[in-house]
Amino acid sequence: MYSKDGENYFIVDAHIALWDGRPENQRNVHGKQFIDCFYDYHRNLSPESEVWPYEDYLYQGGERLMRDMFGDGMVDHAIFQPARLAEFYHRGFGQTEEAFALAQEHPDKLTYNHYWDPRDGENGLDQLRADAERFTLKGVKLYTADWHGESRGWKLTDPMAYRYFELCQELGIRNIHIHKGPTIRPLDRDSFDVADVDHAATDFTDLNFVVEHVGLPRLEDFCWIATQEPNVYGGLAVAMPFIHTRPRYFAQIIGELLYWIGEDRILFSSDYALWTPQWLVRSFVDFQIPEDMTEYGPLTTEQKKKVLGLNAAALYDLPVPPELRLPDAGEPATGPRQPEAADLASV
Amino acid sequence: MTAVPATTVVVPDLEREVRAALGGVVDPELDEPITDLGFVRSIRVDGADVEVHLRLPTSFCAPNFAYLMAADAQDAVAAVPGVASVVVELDDHSDSEIINRGLAAAAGYRGTFGHEAEESLDELRATFRRKAHTAAMERAVTALLRSDRSLSEDDVVDLTLGDLPPGEPTTVALLRRRATVGLPLDAGAPVLVDADGTGPAREAAALFLRKARSVRISIDGNAHFCRGLLRTRYPGSGADQVPRADERPLLPLLVDSRGVSS
Repeated sequence: MYSKDGENYFIVDAHIALWDGRPENQRNVHGKQFIDCFYDYHRNLSPESEVWPYEDYLYQGGERLMRDMFGDGMVDHAIFQPARLAEFYHRGFGQTEEAFALAQEHPDKLTYNHYWDPRDGENGLDQLRADAERFTLKGVKLYTADWHGESRGWKLTDPMAYRYFELCQELGIRNIHIHKGPTIRPLDRDSFDVADVDHAATDFTDLNFVVEHVGLPRLEDFCWIATQEPNVYGGLAVAMPFIHTRPRYFAQIIGELLYWIGEDRILFSSDYALWTPQWLVRSFVDFQIPEDMTEYGPLTTEQKKKVLGLNAAALYDLPVPPELRLPDAGEPATGPRQPEAADLASV
Repeated sequence: MTAVPATTVVVPDLEREVRAALGGVVDPELDEPITDLGFVRSIRVDGADVEVHLRLPTSFCAPNFAYLMAADAQDAVAAVPGVASVVVELDDHSDSEIINRGLAAAAGYRGTFGHEAEESLDELRATFRRKAHTAAMERAVTALLRSDRSLSEDDVVDLTLGDLPPGEPTTVALLRRRATVGLPLDAGAPVLVDADGTGPAREAAALFLRKARSVRISIDGNAHFCRGLLRTRYPGSGADQVPRADERPLLPLLVDSRGVSS
């Protein structure tokens, strides 16, 4: 819980990782390129006081993760969203066993999501059944730009992917997090292209599709489909740290998201260990849309509470102490919201 | 008076000519010249032989965009009078080897990437030309709305090119983008249109502009992020970057801790 100015916030970090980018785990030059690229994001977007040495960045381990995430008591719950990247790393990038062991040890604090890849075919379906049982999966993280043998990308609309979605329905895996955005991009299949999410969300209305990185830098495409599909959510991974380096850009992102998809479908995340959550939470609670940006309404405390934790808690059935809850909102689930805020004449 | 022998080619500063030619190569996504972005790492001129190295903000920048810029750079330099041979290489990219081999062999996009190349580069260019037009339209309209507070969103749908202040950078930029996508340039032509000339119904005009705004925010935000990442990745590369043109004068994106724009 985070408290500021008499308000208490329930904090869920909806996208964290326990990765291993150390040289001994790098399978090839791409393993180094990948973690180096992450480190550049980290260095470029972090406040100076939050920049880690490169060595720290390669691997954190469970003990440090627990300290970074929960040491000061601010974050109430965090959700692992691992990336496999088996073509880049011998033991994969996300460390399944270590992360799952932590989640088992701290079930009140951690949820472990796993991944699947339709290019694993029938065997992958069997594996998903086994994984769902072993990890008690409520969600999965899908990385459509991941390399797989000759292939450097897939789409949610691939026929085999639909078999996996059907199995997710059967197994009660309701939250589908999709990586759209940096870092890797397949060649033609623009990994920012969210059109496949549109189709899948229409065909699987009982699944929730969380588009990580809110489709940046294809924010417009994301907003457009999310407006029409009530089961599409936006994850703020990578978008959050702009709050420090580019606050006016962040204001525009949040302003657009609130306008197009509304406050109930935006999820906070630090993308740990890309960044740590504490400074992001503090910044967001203090954040306000600049006054001259009259095209956007001001951010309310209620909106911040939803984004910082209550929305994710609802998706994952996390228990929220009664004093940290909000009364149910009665706003429409789709369509641009607060149309009165679209006062273009005063832009 | 003595005639200059026909065999003498006078090239006072070939490197400058090459750099100017590279200034015509645009990052399709950011809609800015690669020279302004700092993507040209080096130009080496040896007699009439030219070698150009390009660099990008990350190892994993889209390989199709990377190829497109490198191939355009090769074509642009080859067309400079006095250049006999040109080598363009993309440095430090996950696909450097594939792309550089393809460029050296003049293999073309499909020849370079084989089975992975499904979409043609022409489609890719067309997509981003449309987006560049949309963003330019939004900048021009928003600039007008900010300068003339008597205008309301109800007037936006009726705007024609003649309503935009002539000579303003945002107007000039919009006209240029319209020419690129083949839209009419006469004063009576409606402003609020797609790249194919289709405009919104009156009641949908505000939403149309809102959508255009989200396109513009994506491009602007990406431009800032890519420029910043290049500076992080290549210390000192900031000196090679030229600030964005004033045709994109909207909100400064940097704010110091007191909330003052800088």
